[in-house]
Amino acid sequence: MHDVNIDHERQMGMEGFHPALVRGPVGINLNSLGEADMFGSEPKITARGVNFYYGSKRALNNINIAFAARRVTAIIGPSGCGKSTFIRLLNRMHELVPGSRFEGEILLDGLDILSPACDAADLRKRVGMVFQKPNPFPKTVFENISYGLEVNGMTDKRAIEEKVVDSLRKAALWGEVKDRLKDSALGLSGGQQQRLCIARCLAVSPEVILFDEPCASLDPISTGKIEELILELKKEYTIVIVTHNMQQAARVSDRTAFFLMGDLIEEGRTEQIFKAPRDRRTEDYITGRFG
Amino acid sequence: MSAVKRNNRGIVQKAGFAFLAACMGANILFLGAILFFIAAKGLGTINWAFLTQVPRDSMTAGGVAPAILGTFYLTLGAILFSLPLGVACAVYLTEYSPKGWIVNVLRISINNLAGVPSVVFGLFGLTVFVKYLGFGVSILSGSLTLGILALPVIISAAQEALVAVPQSIREASLALGATQWETIRKVVLPAALPGILTGVILSVGRVAGETAPILFTAAAFYVKGYPDSVLSEVMALPYHIYALMTEGTHPEEQTRIAYASSLLLLALVLSVSMLAIWIRQRQRKAYHA
Repeated sequence: MHDVNIDHERQMGMEGFHPALVRGPVGINLNSLGEADMFGSEPKITARGVNFYYGSKRALNNINIAFAARRVTAIIGPSGCGKSTFIRLLNRMHELVPGSRFEGEILLDGLDILSPACDAADLRKRVGMVFQKPNPFPKTVFENISYGLEVNGMTDKRAIEEKVVDSLRKAALWGEVKDRLKDSALGLSGGQQQRLCIARCLAVSPEVILFDEPCASLDPISTGKIEELILELKKEYTIVIVTHNMQQAARVSDRTAFFLMGDLIEEGRTEQIFKAPRDRRTEDYITGRFG
Repeated sequence: MSAVKRNNRGIVQKAGFAFLAACMGANILFLGAILFFIAAKGLGTINWAFLTQVPRDSMTAGGVAPAILGTFYLTLGAILFSLPLGVACAVYLTEYSPKGWIVNVLRISINNLAGVPSVVFGLFGLTVFVKYLGFGVSILSGSLTLGILALPVIISAAQEALVAVPQSIREASLALGATQWETIRKVVLPAALPGILTGVILSVGRVAGETAPILFTAAAFYVKGYPDSVLSEVMALPYHIYALMTEGTHPEEQTRIAYASSLLLLALVLSVSMLAIWIRQRQRKAYHA
């Protein structure tokens, strides 16, 4: 009886654990700030010493990480580990939460995006976002995409039309909606809606696309389509994807970062993270021992 | 559980539903009775001449066309004034204002405004619009007074409609590089429009039928011909009914006309509501496939 309990404890990762669980400084990930491991690609985004607080509750502890240009970086970790909080800092969506506060800096091509001098609307044109639940506007399919163009100052009707078609093609949705452009976007299936949201994001020509658990509410077939799309998009865009699904991280990402309780535990090439994690906690998480 | 007990529950449920149905029936009965009696007493008087002519022979003959037109002007004026103001208030309260006790105080004040007796609005209108601002007894003064009366209804409805717009589409808009203002104007307000129109429907019904607020600010028992500017005094259906029943020298004839006017007022309010409902449905269809 006693033995079983101990075994259980071990399985939960509570006992005999690496002292780092008590939370030491996050040192390992600083390695990845070096460019040697960036597939020869410059880091597009670099976060240094990022802390984040909701009121008095600390949600991120000293995050240091770099995201390679035109690569997919997956952020994994259990619920509440801070991965969504972190990704929303990258396009300043955290500002929508009253009483939140941050420290540190995040550089996009050397521009400090968290500084008050950087305009949030301008930043978001460069760093697009696809959300957890498909959130098309209650407008037509066409208007869903033309909206971003108009907001960003495009007025020529022909140019807008071309861009709408082009974006739908890029999002692998054109064939399914080309006869439904004037219908409400809310009539599309969940998977189609999510690809519409991707098309909408592509239309404003961002450099970085943030995906916040984009497949959380989709069936496996729709999920497959989105994943294919992500692999296609990385040729042109820098992609950061938050996901609960480790198979998904393994399938689509070049690099993977593991967050736990507001700490970045480990970041590296996806193969390395899944085959030879350096940290015991990463190993426990990817083998399903907790989370 | 025994069969008897289960039976009892069935009976209790049936009794419950029967009670609800009876309440519903009573409601419809009242509405039907009002419509029936008004129609029975008024329908005989209504004809084309009644709708299109001015009153003649000390209100005992002719039509009520100026009163119909007056009510239309007053209602339109009230909505033109209170709709933009009310929606702007609601947008400020839900989208911009910092959350906290100030906003709560504002909300409570607005709700209290809805409970102020309409004759008090009338006195306010008399003091401020008629006297102080010097608009006189006029369509303008009456419209503004009625507009203030309609404000709380429109603000509450607009607030509810705005709050019901999912946060996720606000985020979607901001994430595309839209400013908060663009987001509100191009995404949030259009999505809230059907709900806002509900507020307009409700307030049109209230405004068109109000007598007390226009008593001192706009209405006259008799005006020769039609109003020619916003500063004219007007006849209005609700006040016309009131005047016919309380003043004048030919009660017999006047009562007949009062009932016909009541029927008209009902029809007017209902048709405006229908129009707004139709617009709302069309909007809904456009948004929800």
